[in-house]
Amino acid sequence: MNVVKTLDDLICLRDSLDVFPGSDHPAELVEIKISMATCGIAAGAKEVNRYLAALLEREQIPAGIVQTGCMGYCYAEPTIEVTLPGSEPVVFGYVNNARVDDIVTHYIRQGIMPEDAVWIKDRIQTDGDASPRQLHIALRNCGHIDPENIDDYIRADGYLALGKALTQMTPDEAINAIADSGLRGRGGGGFPTGLKWQITRRAEGSRKYVVCNADEGDPGAFMDRSILEGDPHTVIEAMVINGYCTGADKGVIYIRAEYPLAVERLKVAMRQAKAYGFLGERIFGTDFSFDIEIRYGAGAFVCGEETALIHSMEGERGEASVKPPFPSEKGYKGFPTNVNNVETYANIPAIILKGADWFSAIGTGKSKGTKVFALAGKINKVGLVEVPMGTTLREVIFEIGGGIKDGKKFKAVQTGGPSGGCLTEKHLDLPIDYDNLLAAGSMMGSGGMIVMDEDDCMVAMAQFYLDFSVEESCGKCTPCRIGNKRLHEILQKITSGVGEESDLERLRNLAMVIKDTALCGLGQTSPNPVLSTMDNFYDEYIAHVRDRACPARRCRKLTRYFIDPEKCTGCTLCSRACSVDAIKGERKAPHVIDPILCVRCGTCFDKCRFGAVYVH
Amino acid sequence: MKTIKLVINRKELEVPAGTTILEAAKSIGIRIPTLCHMKLEDLHYENNPGSCRICVVEVEGRRNLAPACKTECAEGLVVKTYTPRVMNARRVIMELILSNHPFECLTCSKNGYCELQAIAHDLGVREVRYPGEQSVFPIDRGPSVVRNRNKCIMCRRCETMCNSIQTVGALTAVNRGFRAAVSTAFEKDMKGSTCSYCGQCVSICPVNALSGRSNQQEVLDALDNPDKITIAQTAPAVRVALGRDFGFEPGAPVTGKMVSALRSLGFDYVFDTDFAADLTIMEEGTELLQRLTRYLHGEKKEKIPLMTSCCPGWVSFVEQHYPELTGNLSTAKSPQQMFGAIAKSYFARMLGVEREKIVVVSIMPCLAKKYEAGRPEFSVNGNPDVDISIYTRELTRLIRYANINFEELPDSDFDRPLGESTGAAVIFGTTGGVIEAACRTAYELYTKKPLGPVDIEALRGMEGIRSATIDFDGLPVRIGIAHGLGNARKLIEEVKNGTSPYHAIEIMACPGGCIGGGGQPFHHGNMETLRRRASSLYRADKEKSIRKSHENPYIIRLYKDYLGEPCGPLSHQLLHTHYFDRKKTVGISDETNKED
Repeated sequence: MNVVKTLDDLICLRDSLDVFPGSDHPAELVEIKISMATCGIAAGAKEVNRYLAALLEREQIPAGIVQTGCMGYCYAEPTIEVTLPGSEPVVFGYVNNARVDDIVTHYIRQGIMPEDAVWIKDRIQTDGDASPRQLHIALRNCGHIDPENIDDYIRADGYLALGKALTQMTPDEAINAIADSGLRGRGGGGFPTGLKWQITRRAEGSRKYVVCNADEGDPGAFMDRSILEGDPHTVIEAMVINGYCTGADKGVIYIRAEYPLAVERLKVAMRQAKAYGFLGERIFGTDFSFDIEIRYGAGAFVCGEETALIHSMEGERGEASVKPPFPSEKGYKGFPTNVNNVETYANIPAIILKGADWFSAIGTGKSKGTKVFALAGKINKVGLVEVPMGTTLREVIFEIGGGIKDGKKFKAVQTGGPSGGCLTEKHLDLPIDYDNLLAAGSMMGSGGMIVMDEDDCMVAMAQFYLDFSVEESCGKCTPCRIGNKRLHEILQKITSGVGEESDLERLRNLAMVIKDTALCGLGQTSPNPVLSTMDNFYDEYIAHVRDRACPARRCRKLTRYFIDPEKCTGCTLCSRACSVDAIKGERKAPHVIDPILCVRCGTCFDKCRFGAVYVH
Repeated sequence: MKTIKLVINRKELEVPAGTTILEAAKSIGIRIPTLCHMKLEDLHYENNPGSCRICVVEVEGRRNLAPACKTECAEGLVVKTYTPRVMNARRVIMELILSNHPFECLTCSKNGYCELQAIAHDLGVREVRYPGEQSVFPIDRGPSVVRNRNKCIMCRRCETMCNSIQTVGALTAVNRGFRAAVSTAFEKDMKGSTCSYCGQCVSICPVNALSGRSNQQEVLDALDNPDKITIAQTAPAVRVALGRDFGFEPGAPVTGKMVSALRSLGFDYVFDTDFAADLTIMEEGTELLQRLTRYLHGEKKEKIPLMTSCCPGWVSFVEQHYPELTGNLSTAKSPQQMFGAIAKSYFARMLGVEREKIVVVSIMPCLAKKYEAGRPEFSVNGNPDVDISIYTRELTRLIRYANINFEELPDSDFDRPLGESTGAAVIFGTTGGVIEAACRTAYELYTKKPLGPVDIEALRGMEGIRSATIDFDGLPVRIGIAHGLGNARKLIEEVKNGTSPYHAIEIMACPGGCIGGGGQPFHHGNMETLRRRASSLYRADKEKSIRKSHENPYIIRLYKDYLGEPCGPLSHQLLHTHYFDRKKTVGISDETNKED
């Protein structure tokens, strides 16, 4: 491996790299990509890989297998993409060994789609032509390249942006490009990235730092992990560019220790980048030197807040401190520190290469580019998607996400995780951008999107998120430390069926005060799930406290199970399944549930074949 | 200097750039309540985490409320410190704090002095609308400090004091969320921590999460026991602090009333620790001269600088953090312990009683003195030289308890012979005082000439680290002074590295010296209180007819009749001690701790 010293070196290198180095007839190879991010591996991708490789060898099929990062189809893992010579790529989902047999025998050997193969038809191309809805910029390489092979990244124009910035642009020009693109922080706050870089550049300090915030902690969010597992080089490249622009010579990636695969792939990528000279001394033959080290977070949600993150890096207790001073002025060890999140970085090389105008043409007035969302909850196609800003929630949930599971009715979607709010039916046609979500009482957050259906109780949902915030509060400021605990207790009281109407007023007042007085972003936003569900589903709260009923029948202590004597056939299935012997009745005679013994587990409801058990 | 114009509560004002809203409001007479915030400018202590949020104010154009303590004034800022939104927020925050705070005000020793109580009262909190689960932590009764974390409001003042000022590192926040609390490493008890027992955490705790161990009942029991002869000794810093809680000005000397009060309580003899301070000077001054002479004569094994040993917090700090340097500590016992040793030997002989019949009670500004009195080497056959050590606030409580109208007590004098002292002893209570007193005596012993001006101004002041060279008639003696353990650490690091330029170093663990001790009436962040206590001591020194320890007639008689000579065999037996390496085994065992 030779050190790349000029931009031309890099372009030559890119053009000389083969997809399958060492193969005599690469054009005749079947190209197979296996999605090997954490989710794919958890679903069995390693076994599929092993089986497939052995099978291809046994059958003597000329093929090359590439282990890629996440393709985005979490619902259908393991997924593989097969490209027959001269054909369009085809993605198969729910792959197991039996299906591998089918795919090899029918599709690879004969070009015939196997009958029961799950064929994912909406494979997104980087340019967005293939899918009308998605546009991959941050995820442009995820699922396409081998994250552990820098040559794959270089073939996809990797490190070209770095070369361009270092050899053809001044730091100010590069910062202007980022500023003009309109890119805003993807970690949640939405602060203009170019401005942040400018502040760090102008801040006085004998040295400066560049930090990548990879402490992704929202429940149900996995955008950053997927990028790091699928395309680690893009983050490294962006950090070097950031260092060049801000005057830092040192970068730190603060990553959760719970992301071992991402850490491993980052380490491999850093090693490779160093070997090519993209990290280290005199990068691209210039005077600029830059190095990166990895720091591990211990899994505290609050350490995703930049001041808490910096304290944690310094070896201090991970808790937020009052801003100003902002890290850009006074951060790590007191030096100006530029903190950006993984997804933000993933956009940088594309902007530098394609220009600010290209990027700012995508999106809405004040929110440019795309946003990655992790779709989760009661949605058919759980997965990772990237859409242009301005796409509506309806398009994301119903068109890309395939609608609600089991044909149920959509009820709400939580964006922004525990800091966000829930949006309802009336918000479905809202174009997604920073300002619209904020105005609707939620926030962009880092990109978690959890979909709820008619079976979800919104009070219980608020309680769930508060539970998270109570656990993850650092305990520094009073409103967050004690206030969130009290919010949670009031919600618990309401979902336990002992709430009173006066509790609702207390709940709202306390939530407002916490929002108004908490020290950091975590505390200030933690009441959002309560406030937004109160705004949008006040009738559910009223039902809980006034009628002592949970309309979604989720709050156990507020539900009661009955058996309709008209429908009950006396089959005894329910009474035999009841673990507390609460169901009495003679064989072939209608049964009755003893409400005192019943623990409302719902087993009888699930067991009954005649629809005789009902909930009220 | 750049100034900034802003409006607070419709009043226009101009403040220097960098001023916080809290300071700006204070400058025009608006008192914004604070809990976590505390600033002791002379000591460079500032706790400002911005975490309690009780000081929030409304700033026009700002989305949320701003913490006044952490928000700097900006040009054109329009601030409102008193609006329904602000007051609702403050009340809710106060109710939240109270919801996790025991409702024990009437039985709490901080009752009436509690900052939380005062602010809750000002806010007119009459109910807690947000009750809920309360923290349950075991109470840790240490040798000097009692920790009741159930009362902790997480202001972190103690953490800042323990780490930034004292550099002891015993206290830190642990756990997170609702379970967060200030505690020791691995949540051990104080005995198992690196605590030096200085008690500074107690002196700045706004509530009663940290308090001094209480020994009041033992004092009452001793006074009530007809078979015992009770002797009180009072430290110099107590007399200029005690009056505060009885309505006197801060720093007002109430020596005469204090003596009367102790008699009213029933003490058989009311003596003065100052007498023992003079004795300490005799021993320590002689030791300094002996060591210095040997050192200057080329005995390089001689441990120089000599470090003072009258502060038990400091001694404990050296034993725990720098055990290799205990050889530099003066072997002279502290005045409290010298007094106990003399009272139970010399004075017992004068009375013709066994030492066991005497109960020595010390009244100290200090919490570490409790720990010191309990050190086993300060006892004879299990009978301690000082039986009970109480601190200034405990004396206040005893005076109130015994229905004594302190304000109207007549002045009276200490008893003889252990009640006579010189001006040199009085200034022991403030930083620099011990070394000044030692210099007055050592100078004359060494040069055999009378000292010119008695006031050695070069050794006085409130700066954390000071130094001066005193000319001993051609021999320049270089003196270093530090108060506060963080400053002390800087000097002792020099000793450790062999770069210390000094011959003698005076260290007081508490900022300001004993006047700022952990057992003193609470200063509530008011530095002026400490300054006045110090100047009051220097005034008392000036007013004394005898101002050099070696001229104290009762000290002269003590040596003539009993001890022989300073640093002589009997002195060594009674008045000198030795030190331990406590780097690994920290703390003492104690079964009789009581909560303050």
